[in-house]
Amino acid sequence: MKRPAATLAAHTVLLFYTALALFPVVLVIVNSFKGRLAIFRTPYAPPTPETWDLAGYRTVLGGADFPLYFRNSLVVTLASLALILWVSSMAAFALAEYPFPGNTLLGLYLALGIMVPIRLGTVSLLQMMVRLGLTNTLLALILVYAAAGIPLAVFILTQFMRQVPKDLKDAARIDGASEYRIYALVLPLVRPALGTVAVFNMIPIWNDLWFPLILAPAERTKTVILGAQVFLGQYINDWNAVLAALTLAMVPVIVLYVLFSRQLIRGLTAGSVK
Amino acid sequence: MRRRPFPVHILVFLAPAVLLYTAFMIYPLLDSLRLSLFAPTVEEGGARGLAFVGLQNYRTLLSHPQWAPQLLNALSNNVLFFAIHMLVQNPVGLSLAVLLSSKLVRGRAVYRTLIFTPTVLSVVLIGFIWRLILSPLWGISGDVLGLFGLEHLNQPWLGQESTALVTLSLVSVWQNVGIPMMLFLAALVGIPDELLEAARVDGATAWGVFWRVQFPLILPTVGIVSVLTFVGNFNAFDLIYTTQRAIAGPNFSTDIMGTLFFRTFFGFQLQPGNPTMGATIAGVMLLVILSGVLVYLFGYQRRLQRIEL
Repeated sequence: MKRPAATLAAHTVLLFYTALALFPVVLVIVNSFKGRLAIFRTPYAPPTPETWDLAGYRTVLGGADFPLYFRNSLVVTLASLALILWVSSMAAFALAEYPFPGNTLLGLYLALGIMVPIRLGTVSLLQMMVRLGLTNTLLALILVYAAAGIPLAVFILTQFMRQVPKDLKDAARIDGASEYRIYALVLPLVRPALGTVAVFNMIPIWNDLWFPLILAPAERTKTVILGAQVFLGQYINDWNAVLAALTLAMVPVIVLYVLFSRQLIRGLTAGSVK
Repeated sequence: MRRRPFPVHILVFLAPAVLLYTAFMIYPLLDSLRLSLFAPTVEEGGARGLAFVGLQNYRTLLSHPQWAPQLLNALSNNVLFFAIHMLVQNPVGLSLAVLLSSKLVRGRAVYRTLIFTPTVLSVVLIGFIWRLILSPLWGISGDVLGLFGLEHLNQPWLGQESTALVTLSLVSVWQNVGIPMMLFLAALVGIPDELLEAARVDGATAWGVFWRVQFPLILPTVGIVSVLTFVGNFNAFDLIYTTQRAIAGPNFSTDIMGTLFFRTFFGFQLQPGNPTMGATIAGVMLLVILSGVLVYLFGYQRRLQRIEL
């Protein structure tokens, strides 16, 4: 069944919307490579040899410690993800595998956090981190992000763990494998789900402003987003610097997104449609 | 059958997640609620303490001339912020999803990936990008309106009390439209082709197929998208903070619950931080969010199940 008119209309709408979604991002990246005059005179033109200018990038690299911020963001994101995957996969395994009394109730307790934003506990979290001496440490962020990521991760992983065939586990049990060994056996079988949970948690953790701003605003613990936020606020009148900082902060995320878009989309749908 | 030994391994598997989650999520939430029932006291010699005041903070928040207008302003701004998301973001997301689920269109995966791009970027970066684009200095918004012959309508969108909140809501819609799009798309793709084919054979138009077959079948997703939008909007902060600072200007016209919470508890400029009052505002936010979630769980989802039966 071919309906050329309908197809054309659909493409037109989708193309228009794609342009609307990408135009601001492309505009910023393109102009970050141009001199100040060209940014204002010919904002829609790509950089030419005459307008090419990296002044913005020089200001950014001189004015803020972006390599350090990147390292902090990377440490926080990777450590939180590792912690979420490790503890959530164990809890999900127990919930899926053993029908102990209180199983459903515990599952519900862990699922509570899916809908309640952890931000609302910030006043108490800050006081707790002050008491523990963890303010301005990356560990504070890692613990908070891990706690916030657990509910959805346990929920998704439990669903997948339930689908692992029972025969396989029973065969291993007959061979005398311990329960810990069986967990280790099941883990690689739910690798797609682990990937999904990882990618799904990665972006909000990397992009968060709230907790870095409140729990770890010191210069040596700033994440990229907080660093960019402070830098952009200070240099708001230096257009070259602002455009360069925006580009530097965006490009790694866009690259990661292109690499992992499949898992991300699967995570988005697995997490909430079920 | 002999009695099995106590299942230590179950405890070992569950303990790390339950402890971490309880210590850094459930406890802070409950402790925040507890703090909202206290007020700071200054004793002789300057020692600071906390005194239990019951629901006094909530009464102050709702009736004191210093607090009540602020709360009302933030709440009503937040309601408008949410309404714009429900009326623009979710219908646009649904329309895009319908187009992307149609077999008529080639290159669906490419469109989907590209349209979702702004959603993965940080709100901080998006906020600054739009601040530049809407800046009268750069003139991009005037040029774009000029394409449609509307340049005379160009205004300093973020600088006027009358337009700032709507503009920022639309920026947020622009960024987040990818989420409803993906969720609706997943639901639409799950509808068996035979159903759609049968409707078409019966002579239904594309419009009829959508309203009579597709829309009723994705009602559960409509509910999920609505509740996610609700929770996300009443918890929003980053965009306003980035573009308008914590003061949520001009003249508090973009103040929402998240920025009010931050200003109150952390302090801003001349206003000192007030943790217990901050906890009270968080308590109000929790109440608002929970009532939204409960309406969804007991009003919407339960009625859906009855229809399915």
